[in-house]
Amino acid sequence: MSIKPLIGQPISRLEGHLKVTGAAKYAGEYNVSDLLYGYVVNSTITKGKIISMNTDEVKKIPGIVEIFTHENRPSLAWFDMQYSDMDAPPGSPFRPLHKPDIKYNGQPIALIVAETFELARYAASILKAEYQTEAFKTDLEANLGEGRKPQPGLATMLKPPPPKDKGDIDLALSAAAFTSKGTFTHGTEHHNPLELFATTTVYEGKGKVTIYDKTQGTVNCQLYVGNVFGLHFKDVRVISPYVGGGFGSGLRPQYQLFLSVMVALELKRNVRVTLDRSQMFTFGHRPPTIQKTKFGSDINGKITALYHEATAETSLYEDYTETVVNWAPMIYPSPNSKMEYNLVPLDVFTPIDMRAPGGSTGLHAIESTIDDLAHQAKIDPIQFRLLNYAERDESVNRPFSSKELKQCFIQGAEKFGWDKRNPEPRSMRNGNKLVGYGMATGAWESMILPARAEAILTTEGKLIVKSAVTDIGTGTLTVMSQIAADELGLPLDQVTFEYGDSKMPFAPIQGGSFTVSTVGSAIKAAGKALRKKLLKIAQHIPHSAFKGLEIEDVVFQDGYIRLKLDPSKEIAFTALIHANKGKVIRTKNFNVPNLLKLKKHSRAAHSAAFVEVEVDEELGVINVTRAVTAVAAGKIINPKTARSQILGGMVWSISKALREETISDHNFGKYMNQNLGEYHIPVHADIHDLDVIFVEENDEIVNELGSKGIGEIGLVGMPPAIANAIFHATGKRINEFPIHFDKLL
Amino acid sequence: MNDFNFYKSQGISDAVEKIADQPDAKFIAGGTNLIDLLKYNLMTVSTLVDVNSIKEDTLSETDGAVLLNAFATNANTAYHPIIEERYPLLSKAILAGASAQIRNMASNGGNLLQKTRCYYYYDANTPCNKREPGSGCSAINGYNRNLAILGTSDHCIAVFPSDMCVALAALNATVCVTGPDGDRKIPFSEFHRLPGNTPHIDNNLLTAELITGIELPSKGFEKNYSYLKLRDRNSYAFALISVATAMELENNQITEIRIALGGVAAKPWRVQKAEDFLVGKTPTKENFALAAELIVEGAKGFEFNAFKIELAKRAIIRNCLMALNPASQLPGAQPSA
Ligand SMILES: Cc1cc2nc3c(=O)[nH]c(=O)nc-3n(C[C@H](O)[C@H](O)[C@H](O)COP(=O)(O)OP(=O)(O)OC[C@H]3O[C@@H](n4cnc5c(N)ncnc54)[C@H](O)[C@@H]3O)c2cc1C
Ligand code: SF4
Repeated sequence: MSIKPLIGQPISRLEGHLKVTGAAKYAGEYNVSDLLYGYVVNSTITKGKIISMNTDEVKKIPGIVEIFTHENRPSLAWFDMQYSDMDAPPGSPFRPLHKPDIKYNGQPIALIVAETFELARYAASILKAEYQTEAFKTDLEANLGEGRKPQPGLATMLKPPPPKDKGDIDLALSAAAFTSKGTFTHGTEHHNPLELFATTTVYEGKGKVTIYDKTQGTVNCQLYVGNVFGLHFKDVRVISPYVGGGFGSGLRPQYQLFLSVMVALELKRNVRVTLDRSQMFTFGHRPPTIQKTKFGSDINGKITALYHEATAETSLYEDYTETVVNWAPMIYPSPNSKMEYNLVPLDVFTPIDMRAPGGSTGLHAIESTIDDLAHQAKIDPIQFRLLNYAERDESVNRPFSSKELKQCFIQGAEKFGWDKRNPEPRSMRNGNKLVGYGMATGAWESMILPARAEAILTTEGKLIVKSAVTDIGTGTLTVMSQIAADELGLPLDQVTFEYGDSKMPFAPIQGGSFTVSTVGSAIKAAGKALRKKLLKIAQHIPHSAFKGLEIEDVVFQDGYIRLKLDPSKEIAFTALIHANKGKVIRTKNFNVPNLLKLKKHSRAAHSAAFVEVEVDEELGVINVTRAVTAVAAGKIINPKTARSQILGGMVWSISKALREETISDHNFGKYMNQNLGEYHIPVHADIHDLDVIFVEENDEIVNELGSKGIGEIGLVGMPPAIANAIFHATGKRINEFPIHFDKLL
Repeated sequence: MNDFNFYKSQGISDAVEKIADQPDAKFIAGGTNLIDLLKYNLMTVSTLVDVNSIKEDTLSETDGAVLLNAFATNANTAYHPIIEERYPLLSKAILAGASAQIRNMASNGGNLLQKTRCYYYYDANTPCNKREPGSGCSAINGYNRNLAILGTSDHCIAVFPSDMCVALAALNATVCVTGPDGDRKIPFSEFHRLPGNTPHIDNNLLTAELITGIELPSKGFEKNYSYLKLRDRNSYAFALISVATAMELENNQITEIRIALGGVAAKPWRVQKAEDFLVGKTPTKENFALAAELIVEGAKGFEFNAFKIELAKRAIIRNCLMALNPASQLPGAQPSA
């Protein structure tokens, strides 16, 4: 009997039923006994100092247990470094309630602890602070001149600085037959996952806590809490099996975690702190970024010059960076190139990665500039990209581990019907609407980090695999179960994946599209080690048919080890348990990627996005009526969850290009649309026909699974494809996101 | 939100009495606006007098005129067969507003009394003359994309954000109210107020007056009507510009026309001069364009909303053309092909 591998099957999410029926519990929903509720009070000024607060008055309200401020918070870890975390950029991390100083509007200044949530929230409305205010700066555009190079730090490992200059950019630009210049403006964006940020801390006795947290990294939070509060790591357990969306906002421990644990330890009680929707706007965000491009090509459309510069916001206390300007020389070979990336520190909270950080910003500028060059050279946008196709990554002078971008162009164009495009802008119509076709390339680096995993054969012959990794809604539980099941040749229902718990084997934070590569590889390695161990046990059984055989000589099928050449020779997993004196059989593995091998190649997922827009000629109203994204991302472990990832990225592309923006008032230094009524993300009526293609791509370098990660790639190419389609429809290039319809009047 | 009393009223007079003898008491219908205001601590109440139990039928008909129940939901009103058949303009306008969930809760009376969506009004930590008279207007030199271009004052440039009311204005509705001193009727055009130097007063309803009904004259313009809403996404966003057109034609000549603009002022905006100009004219793009100029006469744009002046004109023209063929309206009153 042979079992069809589960890898590659479109399996529905294993936890889907729990989620749609409401049975899945989120961090703010664990009903522990004797719970206290914390509600955060936020600063109403942008910069200055707290002079006084009416805490005494508010404390008199019956039911208020305590109010924590910078004045009475317990003394905590002394060194900045101890407040750091796996995703901390260079600088000194934000410390809640540390000092009376106000660094940004909305900074938490007090936590009210009460017997009920409603009471805590009411008290928060009465708590008032007197401030001494100082002048502040929050406007990136007004302070562009203050851009400077970012400080290098650990983060530089995953976010390399811009590549070195090549050739002579000025000369090349002045000699170019066609040149295109653009200034691209992106505003602030906030992640706004549906699940609010919350932490429920269970006080387990002296120095010991169990924490239910909304996070993208259980171990990251465990280490942070251990360091900040001086607890033994083994006494800190962080649990987070269901995460109602993260998009990057949970990559770093957020302040409600700190506050909840602080109160639990101080009052020796169980405590929950839930942030509300407007408080979602009081920490990390995608930074506003202003980019300038100047690209040039020769008369035949061959690119000769690439200049790309970006200036982004960061806070005054940390240098958050993104990989914005490194992409153009990777995608388009050019003898002359210059890339610059600068930061302007402002009075805001430190930005944090938000889905496709850097890539979705930079590719917009690059792909719209390329589109303009192609237009000038009168070459079809796909032809132009093929003419300038990078067979190697010239920016670092390495081959690609695999790159099926050409197939993305071909299959995407075919499915979309690109051949029906009339190249002339404003030439296609549907009634009183102008129709535009646009396309763009997307790219996202394939990363892998070290991780541990454990595999256990239970006494019933079933498989349990374990990792501390979370599942931020991407389908991690399902995909890891598939990988594990295949490794042991078991059906899915014989496999349990235990995850979302810092007690489990180490996994890094879940982001950057590296979870399947990182944790999947660790699970595969643990499964492989378990197979070897099982074979060894089988060989020790008297009269074993497996004596002297190698792992390659046997197959693992449906709960048996069988001889490849003679499948009638078999031994049941349960017999192996028996041989192991009735005890479970376990292996633990630490999977460390072979950096030397990896470094010899550039590794990236690619995509081609195709978009049709209709623009009302007189009213400017824009609709994305159709879109196709073709993705080359190595092996697709689960086409169903993968498709959902890309669809989500495509919806977000519509959001990014046309809808989403955090509105700032720089007179007050604050965000003004802190709710989902006014923070516009797309509604159903904005989403029409979306299609996804996965192009076949074999990659033996990236990892043993051959998978590249698909979390971000859906959101990289499509925003510029929308902008390019709008240009094709209207003849207008709008380089400021989101593109509001009134800009087309 | 502070603690408050909650009283389920037994009828119109009971509700009015309850409010009249309590300071800081408020009626609550669907609560879709009021509860937000309480939660954001923009308002405190001593008692909420629930008027939902006064609900009877969605509407009643007498002598061809229709009386909308003030306590009926927006959804029930929009989908009522009489409204769909005789006042499709009203139905379209209601359905262009908010979301299905909100329309299921929101009442007709509450819709007339919803607060502006000016961001500063909702942020107690910024000056706002409407919320706190005399504190200043943050929006004039701040973010004002969604604010007014007509009828503004130096004190306030807020927009009254309702869709339903734009249609009611075009239909010449009358607001029926009951107060401690008895019943009275307010023509729709006199219901809402421009800010002047009292921006904190949104309308001419007096303290303790309860809206009990909205009268629609018998003429529903079911043949030639259109509602167009332009906004930052296709649903669940307030209007940047909206237009309600109700028209009557005879032999390709306009015999009567009403054009009301939303999203531009503290009240639905109608200009008699423009409507008079069109009467007796043929319904052409050129004529509508001339009327549009008259409607936006005197408009003043601010940093982020100056586009509304041009957009309003184009929207008026388009909407009047759509009214010639109401079937051209797509669901949600998107601009049509
Ligand atoms: C997110 C969101 C989006 C929205 N989008 C739109 C939109 O696009 N277009 C649109 O038109 N509207 C929109 N709305 C507004 C919605 O239509 C109004 O909130 C609703 O109509 C108010 O009715 P209600 O019954 O819920 O009023 P409530 O919230 O109950 O009351 C509002 C006010 O009216 C008073 N009141 C209520 N009934 C009476 C009465 N009979 N007599 C006297 N006073 C009374 C209350 O005391 C209160 O002051 C939106 C609302 C939300 C929350
Ligand atoms: S426009 Fe009116 S509502 Fe807005 S801030 Fe000014 S005064 Fe307040």
